[in-house]
Amino acid sequence: MMEKELICVNCPMSCRLTVQIEENKVVSVSGNSCPRGKAYAETECIRPERILTTTVRITGGIHRVLPVISESEIPLDRIMDAMELIRSAQVKAPVQVGDVIMENILGTGVNIVAARSMDKFSCSDTSQK
Amino acid sequence: MKKVQAIIIGGGSAGLSAAVTLKKNGIEDVLVIEKDEEPGGILEQCIHNGFGLQTFQEQLSGPAYAERFVRMAEELNVRILLNTTVTKLTADRVVEYVNSEEGAVQVQADAVILAVGCYERPRGGINITGTRPAGIYTAGQAQRYLNIDGYMVGKRVFILGSGDIGLIMARRMTLEGAKVIGVAELMPYSNGLPRNMKQCLEDFDIPLYLSHTVSKVFGKDRLEKIEMVAVDENRNPIAGSEQYFDVDTLLLSVGLIPENHLADHAGIRMDPSTKGPVVDDRYMTSEEGIFACGNGLHVHDLVDYVSLQAARAAEGAAAYLRNGSPKGTPLCIKNGNQVSYCVPSQFYPEDPAEKLTVYFRVRTPMDNQQLVIRSGDKVIRTLKKRKLLPSVMEEAVLLKKDMEGLTEDITVEITEVAS
Ligand SMILES: Cc1cc2nc3c(=O)[nH]c(=O)nc-3n(C[C@H](O)[C@H](O)[C@H](O)COP(=O)(O)OP(=O)(O)OC[C@H]3O[C@@H](n4cnc5c(N)ncnc54)[C@H](O)[C@@H]3O)c2cc1C
Ligand code: SF4
Repeated sequence: MMEKELICVNCPMSCRLTVQIEENKVVSVSGNSCPRGKAYAETECIRPERILTTTVRITGGIHRVLPVISESEIPLDRIMDAMELIRSAQVKAPVQVGDVIMENILGTGVNIVAARSMDKFSCSDTSQK
Repeated sequence: MKKVQAIIIGGGSAGLSAAVTLKKNGIEDVLVIEKDEEPGGILEQCIHNGFGLQTFQEQLSGPAYAERFVRMAEELNVRILLNTTVTKLTADRVVEYVNSEEGAVQVQADAVILAVGCYERPRGGINITGTRPAGIYTAGQAQRYLNIDGYMVGKRVFILGSGDIGLIMARRMTLEGAKVIGVAELMPYSNGLPRNMKQCLEDFDIPLYLSHTVSKVFGKDRLEKIEMVAVDENRNPIAGSEQYFDVDTLLLSVGLIPENHLADHAGIRMDPSTKGPVVDDRYMTSEEGIFACGNGLHVHDLVDYVSLQAARAAEGAAAYLRNGSPKGTPLCIKNGNQVSYCVPSQFYPEDPAEKLTVYFRVRTPMDNQQLVIRSGDKVIRTLKKRKLLPSVMEEAVLLKKDMEGLTEDITVEITEVAS
């Protein structure tokens, strides 16, 4: 039996988890304040996964970049490859929050979606920088 | 002079939550004034996830969290005046604002809620000698350039201070292809949330130098090199410990301070421990009818608490608009042993709120302690605490019956667990 201390990264509560591992299997998790903590501990001990957040270029929008987020976790060891792909994305305003920007990134089954809505830039809008 | 029932200064998460709550409490005439071109505040640049687990049971990115509140405000027909800066507030609630369409305007409000957010401690606030080259930014500035304007500020980066924005920027710049050489923290412990230590530094093998600081910068036009030194327990540099790193960018993440210019000018009493206004259990400041919430009251690490507290402040303002100020004279909620601040820090024993959540922070990291809330010598409540960190805001709940009729100030303190 092996015991491991982990920090759950799922939310800012940052719960301290104590994980018991037996023959490469997680047998118990404690210290989590919610079920997400348990699920986190289980994947963290096998192959860590993270939510990826970044931005993509957007044309015609009120800003130059659009924040995007992976719909669910992707393996940590694929994050840099995912960034490479996302960098090539081209998006046009308007965009609605949740719109799919890139489907099934790197074959992970996870979509990259818009993290906010962004209106088109209009010239009559004096609020522009 | 134009009149408005309630003016909210600032349209970030605090201001939006306060506006929504005022409307829900039957206050119809609500005006939010925001200096930026869109509502949402600091959240618009916090594109990482981890917002809203308490409020929405989902983990959202900052902009998505803000958007939910903007939609709620829109549905309730909250008026939001954008590109408009409040330039002055008086104790009798005259709000002066400026924008390009109306020029300078004065409005009389029955109630004002300050939701102005915070600012970052600049380079001038710390001790770094050397030249004044380009390439030195506060972490929040760099975050705005990158996440909203789409510009990278540099390629080889060093970060001073382990505040959350610095940690988040360490990861963000790494993802964008920059090399983050390290993070130096003056204190022997990190100031950031444990999750950010893990997912922003450890995940990318970025070294954290505790009890270290940046003592000198070099470079003519652009930053070229920094000098890092170790510090002793009194935070004095240790001679001979100098290390040099070639970098083109230094990010400062050395603390956030409530934005308090307007409040200061209005003569509102400030709390030296939070650097924000002193508020009572209704979130009212020392000036009648002026309330405060969000990072402009004290710096938060969780937006859910910002929204929640702002809602409490709005309920306080709604009650004030109906019934006036609470009755009697207030008593204080004081910082006891190891407690660096308490918010709210006043309550009315003759007219207590139904339930009061006191938010507080501890001075140093501690294990297995006990939280004690007492009034004079009378212990109101004790609570075991497994782990206490200065970076994590704690709470202590007081019920009406706990506060009613008290004659002595309440003290919140941390003590050793009696075995
Ligand atoms: C970098 C960073 C990362 C964070 N990460 C997380 C996280 O992962 N999870 C989480 O839950 N929380 C996080 N937080 C905390 C949380 O998001 C913030 O504390 C919260 O959004 C602050 O809201 P606010 O409304 O008080 O301030 P702000 O969002 O700063 O809003 C204040 C608004 O007031 C306006 N204003 C100021 N002065 C004037 C004036 N004179 N006239 C008109 N308008 C004015 C400003 O333009 C601004 O829009 C983070 C905070 C920061 C800074
Ligand atoms: S266990 Fe749940 S509450 Fe604790 S950090 Fe993880 S997600 Fe947050």
